[in-house]
Amino acid sequence: MPADEVVRFDDVSMRYGRGPDVLRDLDFSLAPGSFHFVTGPSGAGKSTLLKLIYLAAAPTKGMVHLFGHDTAMIDSQTRPKLRRRIGVVFQDLMLLEHLSTFDNAAVPLRIGGHRPSEYRADVAELLSWVGLGERMHAMPATLAGGEKQRLAIARAVVNRPEILLADEPTGNVDHEMALRIFRLFVELNRLGTTVVIATHDQDLVARSGKPVLHLEHGRLERRTTPGATAQP
Amino acid sequence: MSELFDVTQWRPAPFLPERESRDAALIFVVAVLCFLACLTAMGVIAADRAARGWTGQLTGEATVIVRPRGGETPDAAAARGAEALAGVVGVTEARALEPAKAYDLIRPWLGDVSDLSDLPVPRLVAVSLDPKRPATAAALRQGLKAQDVDATVDDHSVWIKDIRRAGGVVRWLGTGVFALIATAAAAVIAFATRAGLAARRDVVEVLHLAGAEDGYIARLFQVRFARLAGIAGLIGAAGAGLVGAILRLMGGGEGLTPALPIAWSDILAALPCPLFAAAVAAMAAQVTAIRLIRDMR
Repeated sequence: MPADEVVRFDDVSMRYGRGPDVLRDLDFSLAPGSFHFVTGPSGAGKSTLLKLIYLAAAPTKGMVHLFGHDTAMIDSQTRPKLRRRIGVVFQDLMLLEHLSTFDNAAVPLRIGGHRPSEYRADVAELLSWVGLGERMHAMPATLAGGEKQRLAIARAVVNRPEILLADEPTGNVDHEMALRIFRLFVELNRLGTTVVIATHDQDLVARSGKPVLHLEHGRLERRTTPGATAQP
Repeated sequence: MSELFDVTQWRPAPFLPERESRDAALIFVVAVLCFLACLTAMGVIAADRAARGWTGQLTGEATVIVRPRGGETPDAAAARGAEALAGVVGVTEARALEPAKAYDLIRPWLGDVSDLSDLPVPRLVAVSLDPKRPATAAALRQGLKAQDVDATVDDHSVWIKDIRRAGGVVRWLGTGVFALIATAAAAVIAFATRAGLAARRDVVEVLHLAGAEDGYIARLFQVRFARLAGIAGLIGAAGAGLVGAILRLMGGGEGLTPALPIAWSDILAALPCPLFAAAVAAMAAQVTAIRLIRDMR
């Protein structure tokens, strides 16, 4: 795998159990520091594509390379280390209901073995930035949908991941907050984070001018780059 | 920033909730098992001491039945037998029992007969043996034969064998019951860990995807269940200790029966219970959690 790729899919197909292929014959790579949208209708395989990258699923055909590792060959010691280099905003958010907003946001830093004194101020600053400064003590059950989404985003970016994957990160927020979140992603991208966002928000995609991986029925139908003609 | 939330005072909350609704039931079941295990341990210790005491008494004594030679009175034969036995190495005392004692021994079989003097009741010699180097039955027989005393030596070996065997059975039985209870406790903990992991699948998944190692997640469950089992062990041990104390106070040194002579020190057997329960729980939770987490991957 060339050094200028953090993710590469080689002829990747994926199905759940004995079901039909959710992804078919995918071939693409992501350069470090790149920013991509993954678009497509519901059921096109956007979430599954992200799952393959964040090691929550394995391909049934082909090879997925992550940070130079063939994901099928990763041992149990390496897997957690690779996961710590990835931030994920899950579609179903996956917040821990018994932990406060602050505790939820700090999860990746605790897992990374950092001491509270090292990250308390950073977590507080980040939560304030995503508009949860007044809700740090609140439990997720008491947060509104948009607040939960922002908390999930804060948790995903809090440890400055090398890759940020976001599955419909602006689905439950208003337009202004969506733009604000997008600006956060752009800022992280500027600092070197590779960003992949699966979204239905065509307006956001159009305004961003960022490359798009468009899926249809599990196939990569086209890969567009700003100012370039759509490629099959 | 929230006025209610002081970041500088923030301390990380445990990844697993401190209290679950199932905790009380789990603590109750493990406490009952610990209670039974402690009682078993105390019972085994008491029965073992009783068996040792009886064996010690029997090995320290022997009984010799003396039959008079022609023309000799039973009393004279008994006195001669006692004299012969007193000279044997390993005998501290040999004493001819009064006829009344021998009559007392056979009275349960013959009933309350007013005059037993006409019966040819053999005389008995009670022999006390040196506890450090007791004389053997063969040595006693040799000593009697040397003085031409017609006698039968009973060194209680039949009884000793039976008591030792009974003591051994009680020990093994108690150990078996104890092991069974410990296994049951481990199974309960494993089941609870399984249920806990299933109920907290969200935590496991989030931690996993955030890069937590299997061992790290398993340790969360291990610490949690070890703590719960430790509390349960403490309750069970306290309950068993209380029962032991009541038995000791009610029955004195002999407990409720001479077969279970409870001593205050027996209650100390319950002391390691909380630690033991916590260790069993930690092992069961660790093994179960690691296996389940790997299945989840």
